Formats: sequence, structure tokens, C-alpha cells
Amino acid sequence: MAMTMAEKVLARASGRDAVSAGDYVTARADRVMAHEAWTICALRLVKLGVERVFDPDKVIVILDHYFPAPTEQMARGHAIARDLVERFGIRHFLGHAGVCHQVLTERGHILPGHLVFGTDSHTTTYGAVGAAGTGLGLTEATYVLATGEIWLRVPPTVRFLLGGEAPAGIMSKDVALHIAGRFGTEVAQYRAVEFAGPAARRMTVSSRLTLSNMGVELGAKFAFFEADEITCAYLRKRSKEPVSFFGPDPGARYESFHEVDISRLEPQIACPHNPGNAKPVSEIGRVRVHQAFLGSCTNARLEDLAVAAKILEGRKVHPGTRFLVTPASAQVFLDATRAGYTEIFLEAGAHLTTPGCGACPGGHGGLLAPGEVCLSSTNRNFRGRMGSPEAEVYLGSPASVAAAAVAGHIVDPRQFWKGSTIR
Amino acid sequence: MQTRIRGRVWKFGDDVDTDVMAPWSTLSAPWEERRGSLLHIRPRFADQVKAGDLIVAGRNWGCGSSREQAPENLQLLGIGAVIAESFGRIYFRNCIAIAFPNLVCPGIAAACQEGDELEVDVGSGKVRNLSRGSELQGEAYTRDMLEIVEKGGLLKVLEARIGAARKAPQ
Repeated sequence: MAMTMAEKVLARASGRDAVSAGDYVTARADRVMAHEAWTICALRLVKLGVERVFDPDKVIVILDHYFPAPTEQMARGHAIARDLVERFGIRHFLGHAGVCHQVLTERGHILPGHLVFGTDSHTTTYGAVGAAGTGLGLTEATYVLATGEIWLRVPPTVRFLLGGEAPAGIMSKDVALHIAGRFGTEVAQYRAVEFAGPAARRMTVSSRLTLSNMGVELGAKFAFFEADEITCAYLRKRSKEPVSFFGPDPGARYESFHEVDISRLEPQIACPHNPGNAKPVSEIGRVRVHQAFLGSCTNARLEDLAVAAKILEGRKVHPGTRFLVTPASAQVFLDATRAGYTEIFLEAGAHLTTPGCGACPGGHGGLLAPGEVCLSSTNRNFRGRMGSPEAEVYLGSPASVAAAAVAGHIVDPRQFWKGSTIR
Repeated sequence: MQTRIRGRVWKFGDDVDTDVMAPWSTLSAPWEERRGSLLHIRPRFADQVKAGDLIVAGRNWGCGSSREQAPENLQLLGIGAVIAESFGRIYFRNCIAIAFPNLVCPGIAAACQEGDELEVDVGSGKVRNLSRGSELQGEAYTRDMLEIVEKGGLLKVLEARIGAARKAPQ
């Protein structure tokens, strides 16, 4: 039987020859990622008398939401987390190397066809390398850490066919926001997504990570790209395990198809307080920006920092605006420094902060006061997410964020960009 | 765990996200501190609601984060059940995992007003509006989902599974 990517992963992970959308299965995890939630999950296991996780080689722990610890309470939580890593013999403790999804991907922990559970809604990000990643809450994550398995409904799949060449100044974030604005934030509710078509096939892994990351903002359980030559070239440098192509079977059944011609896109901005409130930048008007934030698992990779650096080079951050740059990982920070971007940011008057989640979920590292406006490269602009419920968060691409940092208000980034294409 | 619940309705709109049910700054706070900021889009909600009250919402209730504190806060507040047009899927799974009845029921937002009295049965999926004498059919839980909720949540299921494994002969 011809199967979608979601069906293929779940058939294998549940030990069946085939499954179809609507089936209920008990699926076994290939990887389980836990960030700070690890502390609570592992303490629950201890309380239940469980002394080992289902497979200490398949569990990956990383502390990213509150690093460096902003409060004594968080410092205590981290200390307990490290003790529990030792106690459970977790092989892959990645310390504080950056945002979980970026670090797991750049270190080759996630491979095409894997079923990955994470204690974070943006676990859909792993779809960028052809893996079925999905987020779980504390109780379900505790259950999976103990048993290695959990019930899942096999989701129907929505296929987005991305066509056309990206015009200069348009990034994959613009595509994601356009989809959220045009099709709504429930277009993939309870469903899997496959991003396909010539424009998807041309995208770098970095650009794909942004779209898969935003998949959960469309409601998606998984948000796949086919694992192809680009994926394999990326992963073979990073994983010791064999890496192979992974995609849907020809003739797989889809619930719906949506065509998106990216050649006609303008830069997109999502207005407060929902990622689905996305519009072309020309419809936004003049919105003053107090803080421009370039960070998160959505958009703070080298490719994103390169675009921002190109816009900032030889310019200054607007005196009425704070420009915060939080690289997605320590590796990204190092690579950006070697490429000269760090110096460009500092020359321009930007503030570089420690790699990690930082201001994105409102933990620390750049929260907002009432009445302030932030243009952010992150994934969500829910009311109160980055500090005061009376603040307003707009979402945009790294190019749009960097352009706003220079202009002091939301602006079309293409006016800072002449000539070549940015992606 | 009760799977048939009767209570008075509080109504909410579309796209109410997990961040307003459980703001990040309160995630690790004790319950008394968490309580006040719960659903801050509706001021003083936590003070006005009574144990056993129900929430009726529009589309995509609980979209956003995987934070389990979102449904847990509503459960601790004493909300008997949430009935909505649709749910954010991680939120919905979390509800089953912590045995907090939430039901998908297309048409519910238009079929009741704030203050109506409803009776909801997640086993059959039926929602009866006792104030108006009407009835709607929601999406009943599967047998497995119902079993988790009836046992008191997934941690109880895990506890039983561990107990059974220990008793089994080696």
C-alpha cells in the first residue's frame, strides 16, 4: 500500500506492514528530547520507583530555556537536572549548547524516518530532515521516557506544493507566515504536513527548519520535507550512522493539496496576537519598534545571521530601538564570529546574548514593558508571550527584523537590499 | 474519574492559546500565584468561576505550547470540562493524560450562551443544553482514551504497568 511519510514512520514504529490515516497505533520512539522539563519528568520517574529510562542511548537532554540561570530557583532546577542525568545514565547530555532543536539537528542526532518525541511543541522542526517530530506535555513525556512508546492516531496529510523562485529579500519565514495568514492556523490541525514542490526541493536545510518549526503554528503533528540530496549532504557530515533518502510512496493518499507560488510573495509580517494575522509588509503601515529580536529555533541560524549582517553592515541600529541577537546555538555563534557577523552586529550597536531560547518564550533575556512593540524572528506572538500582556509582538523574517532595527520601525527589508537574492 | 459532567457555561472565543492559560512567568510558581494570572484575557475569571463550571470555546482552544500547566491550571481551578469547536492537539492530548475531560463538539459555540447549564458525556460525545432543551453530538473518546481518563490519567496507567511488570515472574 502506498503511504505518506507520516504513515511510513508510524507503520515502522508500531511494527506493522502498513497503517492508514485514522488508525490508532502504539508507536516506539527513536529519540526522545527533553529540555528543562527533564527535571520534572525524571523526578516523577524516581517517585514511581523507575530507575532507568527505556533506552539511555535514545534520550537526549539539553538545558536551553533558562540558560544562564536567571534566578536561583532555575539554578536549583538545573542542578537537579544534571544530577538526574547522571543518575539515569543519559548518554547524550548536551549541556547548554543552544536551543534544543538546533543543537540536535546540527549534531546529527535526528535522521530521516525517525520518530521523535520532545517536551516542546516545536519538535515538528525535525521534519526538515525527514523525521516525524512531535511535542508532548510532561505526563506523556514521563510515560515515553519510562516505556519508549505511546498511543498515536495516524494523521491524514496535507501537502503544500511550493513553486516558483523566491524573489530577492524573501525568506522561508515569509513563506511560513504567508501560509499561516492565507490558510489559517488550523489548516493542519490534527494532521501531518508535507512541504513539497520545486521551491521546497531547492531550500537549504536551514530554510526548511524554519518552515517545519512553524508547522506547529498551523496545527501540525508532523511537518515533513522529503529527505533528499540536500538533507543527506547536511547529515553525513554530522552523523556516524548511515543516512538515506526518505519520502512518501508514489501514489500515497493526501487529504488535500495547496499550491503556493512563492515568486509573487512580499515580505510577510504577523500582527499581534496570533501568527495567523500575517499580511504583506506593504499593508502594515508605520509601526514603531522598541525591540528587534533575532533569535529562537525558528530563525537564528548562520543563514539568518548572515542576512541580518548584510543589512547591518555599515549601518547603525536606530537609537530608539534595541536590537538583540541570540544565536540559536554555540556553534552558530562561533561560525558567525568566524564569518565576521558578530563584529558587524557589535559595530552597529546590537546586543549579543547567550545562545538558547532567551526572550522567545518570555523567560529572560529581553522581555517587554507595557506598550512596547517587538518585531521578532520567532514563531509565536501570543499576548503576553514575551513579557507584558500590554506589549505587542509582530513576527517577521530575519531580514525584516534587521531592517526594523536600522529603521526603528517596521519596513520592507528589500529597501536595504539591492542586487542579489537572500533566502 | 467522572466522564459525565454537568455545569454552568463560561464562553470564550477562538484561538485562546496556552500562554494565556499559563503564562511563562508563572509556570514554576505555586498554585496560589498561578491562579491569579490564569486566562488573564478575561479579568478576574479565576475569582468568579465556581467548581464544576464548564468552558465553551470556539476554534483552536489551547493552541500553542506543550506546557501541561495550561489544562492543569483549569483543572485545579475546578473547571469540570471544556467543550470547543476544535482544540490545539498537544493541549488536547495533555487533557487526556491528566484526566481532564475536553470534548470536540462542532456547533457548540452557537448552540449555547454564557450561563446555560450543560451536561456533557465524553464517553458518548453527547452534549445536552439543559437550559434550552437542545442536544449536540460531539466526538466521543475512543475506548483507549476513555480508559486513560477513567483510570485517573496516564501516570496512573504507568504506575499500574510498572506494578504489573514487578509482579510478573522473571
